Amino acid sequence: MDIGTVDQIIDKHHGEASSLIQVLLEIQRQNKWLPKTVLTRVSEKLDVPMSQIQHITTFYKTFSLVPKGRHEVHVCMGTACHVRGAERILDTVEEVTGVKSGETDPDLNFSVETVNCLGCCALGPVIVVDGEYHGNVEPAETVEVLKNCDCSCE
Amino acid sequence: MPRINSSAELDALRQEILSQRDPDQPCLTLCSGSACHATGCGKVAAAIEEEMESQGVADDVHFRRTGCHGFCEQGPIVVIYPEGICYLKVKPEDIAEIISETIKEKKIIERLLYVDPNSGENTTLEEDIPFYKNQERLVLGFNLKIDPKSLEDYLAVGGYQALVKTLFEMTPEQVVGEVKDANLRGRGGAGFPSGVKWDFARKAPGDKKYVVVNCDEGDPGAYMDRSLMEGNPYGVLEGLMIGAYAIGSNEGYVYVRQEYPLAVDNLEIAIKKAEDYGLLGQDILGSGFDFTVKVHRGAGAFICGEETSLLKSLEGLPGEPNARPPFPATKGLWGKPTNINNVETWSNIPLIISKGADFFNSIGTEKSKGTKIFSLVGKVNNTGLVEVPMGATLRDIIYKIGGGVPGEKKFKAVQTGGPSGGCIPENLLDTKVDFDELTQAGAMMGSGGMIVMDEDTCLVDLARYFLAFLSDESCGKCNPCREGIRQMLKILTNITKGLGTESDLELLLELAETTKGASLCALGKTAPNPVLSTLRYFKDEYEAHIKEQRCPALSCKALIAFYIEPDKCKACGACFKQCPAEAIEGGKKRIHVIDQDKCTRCGSCVDACPKAFGAVKVMSGEPVPVAIAEEARNLG
Repeated sequence: MDIGTVDQIIDKHHGEASSLIQVLLEIQRQNKWLPKTVLTRVSEKLDVPMSQIQHITTFYKTFSLVPKGRHEVHVCMGTACHVRGAERILDTVEEVTGVKSGETDPDLNFSVETVNCLGCCALGPVIVVDGEYHGNVEPAETVEVLKNCDCSCE
Repeated sequence: MPRINSSAELDALRQEILSQRDPDQPCLTLCSGSACHATGCGKVAAAIEEEMESQGVADDVHFRRTGCHGFCEQGPIVVIYPEGICYLKVKPEDIAEIISETIKEKKIIERLLYVDPNSGENTTLEEDIPFYKNQERLVLGFNLKIDPKSLEDYLAVGGYQALVKTLFEMTPEQVVGEVKDANLRGRGGAGFPSGVKWDFARKAPGDKKYVVVNCDEGDPGAYMDRSLMEGNPYGVLEGLMIGAYAIGSNEGYVYVRQEYPLAVDNLEIAIKKAEDYGLLGQDILGSGFDFTVKVHRGAGAFICGEETSLLKSLEGLPGEPNARPPFPATKGLWGKPTNINNVETWSNIPLIISKGADFFNSIGTEKSKGTKIFSLVGKVNNTGLVEVPMGATLRDIIYKIGGGVPGEKKFKAVQTGGPSGGCIPENLLDTKVDFDELTQAGAMMGSGGMIVMDEDTCLVDLARYFLAFLSDESCGKCNPCREGIRQMLKILTNITKGLGTESDLELLLELAETTKGASLCALGKTAPNPVLSTLRYFKDEYEAHIKEQRCPALSCKALIAFYIEPDKCKACGACFKQCPAEAIEGGKKRIHVIDQDKCTRCGSCVDACPKAFGAVKVMSGEPVPVAIAEEARNLG
C-alpha cells in the first residue's frame, strides 16, 4: 500500500487521533494487513506514539501484522456452531490446508482464522471462504469447498 | 428529496406515500438479512427482477427486499402479499414458477411450503406457521414490512410518529418519566431499568452529553441486534433521538461489531436518508432540536460490549474496562455524561412513546415488562429469532415455536445468556423467561441467546468451550479474571481429556468464587457461571469423565473411539470415501477396518455409513475390540 493511499484514508477521518481504530480498520480492509511502514506513517500523521498503535493492533482481533494468504478461511466457533460440530470442521480445515488456526502458510496460500460468532447461528456450523458463506457444513463438504478453492487459484 | 421542516410536512409526506400504495397490489418480499445472504438471496433477487420483467408483471407487482424475517434456517424466504403466502428455501430456478403460478394464477406451489417436521403437514400462510404464530413481534415485526434502505417504507408503517410526539408534545422530564413508568429494563444483559439510567444522565451536570447505541453483540449464539440493525435501522435511530432529547444530548454514536458488515451498510444508508430528509441534523422538524449521529466500527473484541470498554474504544483506545463508579451517566465518553443502551432497548423506545407506558406494562411479568427477542438455535427444529412476551416458558419457546429437538434425540439442556449465562436442565423447562427467574435458575437473560442442546452435547466440554472463549477475550487488565479463567480452563481441559482428578471439582468451585467476587467488570464476574451451572445440574457428567474416563455424550475426542462392527459392515465403501484422514482400510467385498492410530475422530464415517447398516459404533469408557482377523474380512 502506497503512502498516498494511507494519507487519503487519514484525511477522510480528518486526521483526528480518536479515529485511529477507524483508520487502521480501513487500511486493514484494503490491504489485508498492516505493514510497519504504513503504521509509521499513521503514527506521524495522527501524532500517536507507535507503542499505542502496537497496543491497539494487538488488542483487537481484526488487525494483522503479517501478510495474509490468497484464500482466507474463517471458521465460526460460536456456541450454536459449537454444539453442531464446529470443532470437527476446524480440524478438517486445519488438516486440508495444513494451516493452524491463526496462521498462514509460507507460500501465502491459505490463512485460517476462527471467529467467535458471525451471527448466522441458525445455519451453524458456518465457514466463510474468501467472503462466501457456507452454512450447515459437514467435514466432507468442507473438504470439497477447500479443494475447489485451491484449484481455482492454480 | 425535499427537506421536511415541520410535523405537518412529515404527515403530508406520509399521506402521499400511503396514497400511492395499494394494499391489494401483489407484493413479493424477499428476506435479505445476513443469513439469507449466506443461503443465496442475492441470486434469488436477481432472478425475481429478471422474471418480473420477462413475464411482464414489473409494473403490477411490487418487489421489496426486507430485513431478516428471523426464520433463518429456512432461507431464502419469499412472502407474497396481500395473502401472506410463504415460500421457504427458494432457489433462483423456482422464481419463474412463483410468478407464473402464484402471482398470476393464484396457485400454491406445494413443494416450497413449510412442512411441519413432526406432523408432516404443509402450511401456506406465514402467519399460520407455528414458528411465527406463537410469537408476539412488537419490535421485530417491522423487519418483515420494510426495506431497510427505504425511509419511505418506515414512514408508511408509522415511523417517526413517536419522535413527533416527543418533540412537540412532551418535555424531556415527561419522556424520562414515560420510560420509567414503562419499567423498561435494558436488553443488553444486566436488565438495569432504562428510565433510571436516563434520569442519571439527564440530571448529571454538563453542557455536552452523549448517547450511544451498543451494537457490539458479542455473545456467541445471539444475533437479534444484528437483525434489528440490518432490518430496521430507522427504528433504532428514532429511539436514540428520543433518548437524546430526553437527556439533553445532540450527538450520538452507534458502535457496531466489525463482523456485521451488512448492519453497517444499512445503518449508513439510513443515516444518509434521514439527513437528506432533515430527520437528522439541525432544527429537526422545526422543533429546535439538533442531533447528529456517527457510526463507529468495532475491531473484534468481545470486551467492548461492556460499556466502559466500549467508550474507551470509541475514543480510539484499547477497550479495557474501568471500575464503576463513576458510571458513564456522569463520566462517560471523553469524560462527559453518556447514556448507553443496546440496540433492542433503543428499538423499544418508539413503541413505548407511541403506545404509552400502560400498554407496555400490560405485557410481561411483574418485574420484566414487554417482549424479548431470543435467538433460538442449536439442536432445535425451527431455528431463528423469536420474540415473545416476558414470562413465556422455556418449554413453549423450544417446543411450540421451535418444534422440539430434531430426529430421535433427547433434549438435554438449554443454555441462555451467552458466556455469562448458564445451562438449564429439562426439569426446569417450565421456568418463565424473565430477568429474575432465569437468574434464580443459575442462568441469566443476557442478550437473549438460547442454545438448545441434545444428548450429543457434552456439558463439561461446553463449560470448557465458554471458558476458552472468555480466556481468549479477557482483556487481561485485572488478575482474578485473567488468571482465574485460565486456571479453570486448564482444569476443564484436563477433565475433557480424561486427566481430571477428584479434587478438581472442589478446586473449580473455589476458583469460581474468587473470580466472581474479585474481578473488575462483568466479564470476569460472570465468567464462572457456565461452570457453576453445569456443575449444579450435571455433576454426574463431570464424574463420568473423571472416574470412568467416559464422555456420556460421546463427544470429547480424547475419550471416544470409532469402531466398525464387522457383522454390520456391508463393505459399501461410503465411510472409506469420506474419511479425510485415510484411516479406513477397505476394499471390494471386504469388511472395513478403522486404523485407531490414524483416526482423527472427526466422525465423518458415522455420517457416511448408511442408516440401514449403522455399522460405525462410537465408544467411550470401554476398550476398542481387537480388529477382525484378515482372513475373516471377505464378504461372500
